[in-house]
Amino acid sequence: MTETMNTNSIIEMSSEGYLKDPMQWTPEVAHTIAKEEGIELTDLHFKVLLYLREQFLNDVRLSIRRIGKSGIVTIKEFYSLFPGGPLKKSSRIAGIPKPASCV
Amino acid sequence: MEASIEIKKALENTLPEKKPLKKLLVICSKGTLEDVYAALIMANGALMEGIEASMFFTFFGLDAINKKKQDHLHTATVGNPALMRHLPTVIGGLPGFEALASNMMKKEMEKLDIPPVSEFLDMFMAGGGKLYGCQLAVEMFKLNEEDFVDDLEGIITVGDMFELAEGENTQIVFV
Repeated sequence: MTETMNTNSIIEMSSEGYLKDPMQWTPEVAHTIAKEEGIELTDLHFKVLLYLREQFLNDVRLSIRRIGKSGIVTIKEFYSLFPGGPLKKSSRIAGIPKPASCV
Repeated sequence: MEASIEIKKALENTLPEKKPLKKLLVICSKGTLEDVYAALIMANGALMEGIEASMFFTFFGLDAINKKKQDHLHTATVGNPALMRHLPTVIGGLPGFEALASNMMKKEMEKLDIPPVSEFLDMFMAGGGKLYGCQLAVEMFKLNEEDFVDDLEGIITVGDMFELAEGENTQIVFV
């Protein structure tokens, strides 16, 4: 089990590094996980993260295609914002469960 | 602010070292709907995992990158016993039946957010994937570069194709 700790709270993660409780997510948590992934978060990153969280909270299954049609980023931009496995990395940083999508 | 958050990884040091796949080459040799989608989903899925991926299209697989044909692929309703087990072959062979079955399948895929072939290839290339055509098959079918999608990386020989699969932790998938 992986744990992310800060002075105020302990944030539990699954063994794969996803937040166990998505409601514990804060922008600071995002910064910490992103740092681990070697990503410096920009405003555009946060727009994507907030979109992902919104989709998750509305029970929408995420896919790269859907993100490309979100109007926030193109698929190409999405790959360059979160290089090396964009959907998984962005979900991890957004504090939502591991995506169960093949497309 | 960031300094106050500490990450603890308990198990990491005890796990054996992983050697993940780095590169994938998918060879698509068939032009039926289900085969082309199988190839596309695996190749695109590799990109989604951060694996470098290319696709090589040969023989009827060339239909997938043929602008006129790619969004009109069919699934066989004759000689395909897995499709509808109780369907008599003679019914499967009726005019229009194959088109009907293929369109039904496409609709089901759309529900799962699986795009049409042309859009799928665009998605693949947007993720950094590369597409190649087989020179011998292109010549055999008397096709030209204009017949294919615009961003085709090249029409190459088998030798060139194997170069795409060079390096450690590389796999070839043949469809």
